[in-house]
Amino acid sequence: MTATPLERAERRKAWAFALPGLLWTGLFFLVPFAYMAMLSFWTRQGREVVATWTLDNYVAFFEKAHLFKGLVVSLEITAAVTVISVLLAYPLAWIIAERVPKRWQRFALIMAILPFWTSYVVRSYSWLLVLSKGGVVNQALLWTGLLSEPLELSANRTGTIIGFVHFFVMLLTLTIYANLIQLSPNYRRAAADLGANAFQTFWHVVLPLTLPGIMVGAFLTFVLCIGDYITPQILGGNNELVLPQVIMLQLGRRADFPMAAALSLVLMVVVTLAYVACARWLKMERT
Amino acid sequence: MTADVSILNATKVFGAFRALDDVSLDIAAGEFIVLLGPSGCGKTTLLSILGGFLEPTSGTISIGGRDMTHVSPAKRPTTTMFQDYALFPHMRLLDNVGFGLRMRGMAKAERDEKALSYLDLVGLRASAAKKPHELSGGQRQRVALARALAVDPDVLLLDEPLGALDLKLRRQMQDELKAIQKRVGTTFVHVTHDQEEAMAIADRIVVMNKGRIEDVGTPASIYMRPRSLFSAGFMGEANFLPAKVRGLSANEAEVETALGRVALPASAFVSGMPAAGRDVTLCIRPEHFRSASAAVPTVSLGRGRITGSAFFGTHHRCHVAADGTALTAHLPQTEEPEVGAELDLRLKADSIVVLQDGAGVGH
Amino acid sequence: MRRLTAALSALYAGLIYLFIFLPVVVLVLFSFQDGTLPVPPLNGLTLRWYEAVLSDGKLMAALGNSLLVAVLSSALACLLGFLAAYAFARYRLPASALLRGLLVAPMTVSTLIIGLGLLSVLNVTGLRLSLVTVGIGHVVINLPLCFAVIYASMGGHQVNIERAARDLGAKDWQVMALVTAPMLMPSILAAFFLSVTFSWDEFIVAFLLSRFDVTLPVEIWSMLRSGLDPKTNAVGSLVFLVSVAFLLVMELAVFRKSGRSS
Repeated sequence: MTATPLERAERRKAWAFALPGLLWTGLFFLVPFAYMAMLSFWTRQGREVVATWTLDNYVAFFEKAHLFKGLVVSLEITAAVTVISVLLAYPLAWIIAERVPKRWQRFALIMAILPFWTSYVVRSYSWLLVLSKGGVVNQALLWTGLLSEPLELSANRTGTIIGFVHFFVMLLTLTIYANLIQLSPNYRRAAADLGANAFQTFWHVVLPLTLPGIMVGAFLTFVLCIGDYITPQILGGNNELVLPQVIMLQLGRRADFPMAAALSLVLMVVVTLAYVACARWLKMERT
Repeated sequence: MTADVSILNATKVFGAFRALDDVSLDIAAGEFIVLLGPSGCGKTTLLSILGGFLEPTSGTISIGGRDMTHVSPAKRPTTTMFQDYALFPHMRLLDNVGFGLRMRGMAKAERDEKALSYLDLVGLRASAAKKPHELSGGQRQRVALARALAVDPDVLLLDEPLGALDLKLRRQMQDELKAIQKRVGTTFVHVTHDQEEAMAIADRIVVMNKGRIEDVGTPASIYMRPRSLFSAGFMGEANFLPAKVRGLSANEAEVETALGRVALPASAFVSGMPAAGRDVTLCIRPEHFRSASAAVPTVSLGRGRITGSAFFGTHHRCHVAADGTALTAHLPQTEEPEVGAELDLRLKADSIVVLQDGAGVGH
Repeated sequence: MRRLTAALSALYAGLIYLFIFLPVVVLVLFSFQDGTLPVPPLNGLTLRWYEAVLSDGKLMAALGNSLLVAVLSSALACLLGFLAAYAFARYRLPASALLRGLLVAPMTVSTLIIGLGLLSVLNVTGLRLSLVTVGIGHVVINLPLCFAVIYASMGGHQVNIERAARDLGAKDWQVMALVTAPMLMPSILAAFFLSVTFSWDEFIVAFLLSRFDVTLPVEIWSMLRSGLDPKTNAVGSLVFLVSVAFLLVMELAVFRKSGRSS
């Protein structure tokens, strides 16, 4: 179909509007990403990057235990955090949506996410105050005499998971609440009308209807959690490192950019697989 | 201000779909034209081409004698009143109505005064400081009208502006629209699918179907002397009776129908006398079955039996079976038709219209 | 039965709220610690850690840097996002779905990878790391968000409103400035403030792409190396306080607005 003069002018305008954003994303996201993908197949001699095509970095990832273990630890922690966070957040979201009077709900919700507004770095740090050997929890337990030795709550996997769960319980409470509140009360009335008790109504009606929202929140948790460096770095100690920590390590000590790039691509692949796994829940559409 | 509009061989193609197919139409200055047709008939496409929101694939549009085919909406002497009113939600009514004047560089004081006078025209002067969301549907519609008229266009294009209103309000707005059009004298081109609305406001109605013009004329001529089957069927109710032309003479033709042979005056053949042996369709309005006075020439289609009847206030609408043909007849409200009763199917000869298949202005 | 569920609900909510607030309360409480360790026992209350924070030139500079980067990068991200959203919502562009996918793609990629990619390229180009490079990275992170939020709010019903403006003689920039942008202001503001929040709190890109001038999270990070320190508590409490105040103002402003229009 041939375009009329006005249509051609309109199309030029459309490109003029779209291009700045597209160029920005292309130049500062796509190009670096492509370069990094290339880099992951190169190698390093001393501090210099050498452009020779090789799979060495990926082979090393699978062969060297300290690299591969990063992925395993990341997956284990992320899975635990996602499950625990959903299980803790759903009841809270439900209580806010169902039990709290309407005009207090907004307040209850804001309170539930208020600690979001501390700095992310500070939030992990403040868990250190709570969980460390001399921290609030251990001191309190020792003081009451319930313990004779302080618990190992930080500088290990427990610390990392608690720190993560704290953040994601807030996030998930928000998303699940938004989901619950959208449900028409008529679904529940209809179920009750047809003889379902409170539990049956929840199990057969409310839960399935909110499942898409839960999946979106869980996916978000997975992606943010597996890519995070700060929380494990502050709360996790030195015994086991997650993948982002391993990546940062390549940069710091040895400036091994090709290896860092290869590990980043591994991280990307994992996230992409997770996306594919729950893609049918994650349809983003324009309203 | 006002201007005439001339559309010549306008065609608009979207991919494989011909939304507008070789349409030509002349509109006189100050005329109230209604484009009437079902959804997808091309009426809105034609309006968009007049407004400059679409360019025709071929053909030309001229307004006031100037070629406007490739001129942008802003530079045309037209304004459009949109179906959803398209009022600026963040502006007061005064600023909505004054927007076009502001774009033309008019100073604030002058433009406010003019905007107020147009709000006055539609009876909303007192609400000038309100925002659109504070208004009812009918009020928004008036603001949209005032806004479109405030820039003094030569031609106002109205895209189903009454579609969102309830029936009573719609009838009231039709009268107001017509009165305002007479006052300002602007050429109005109004799109609707409501044939009653078309009859209520139009100087001339343009009946459209499948991207073509089927019929053009005053409401009375389109109703009484439709020039296509589609036009006859779309404007009110009609009985269609297939027939074959048998005998021809200078001022009469004899046609054969399932209900017998009838002789019809030449004036019944709105699209010219057909050749003998041609298939034609008789178009009979249901209310014409009741005008069997002896003073004028009549034709008879025999007798029918009433199979069902309902009272419509102004008339009884009856289903009639005659020799296996189902007809609809409107009987006067004073009669009391009974199911099973016989009906004399006699009507004025000049009330019948004979249409040839495939007839229509644009064909 | 009903009472029991109510009691259990209250108990559960109470425990989770305790969990949520525990670190914040401890953080704020021990920012007043009259001692050098922000852990029990609480020796007494003092404001000297706040004094130390406010008189710390590096911290204050980092705070200024953070504000600068957050506001400027968010404004740019909003502008680019708005223009792109306008193009994709109002015109038919070839490969529209693919290009929109490209625009939101950074949202699905970990910020660590975005930062690393930019760092690798910057190393090659020899561009020096500075607040500008941090800002570039933050626009990359926030552009998808701004685009998505604004694009989602560009409904079809606004098309006729813009047409009406054009029909009444408005030029393209007038349509955008006088009609489209004001009409979409709620979502543009939402996108802007979300961006500011993210940029303000972003660590990893700011860490990777800055050198001498750093943002607040990076500066706080370097404070952490000295271990537990009531001064860190004080900074954290201040950030929290300011953020909550900001949130409160926003909430009240938005609430008042929605109250008026309904």
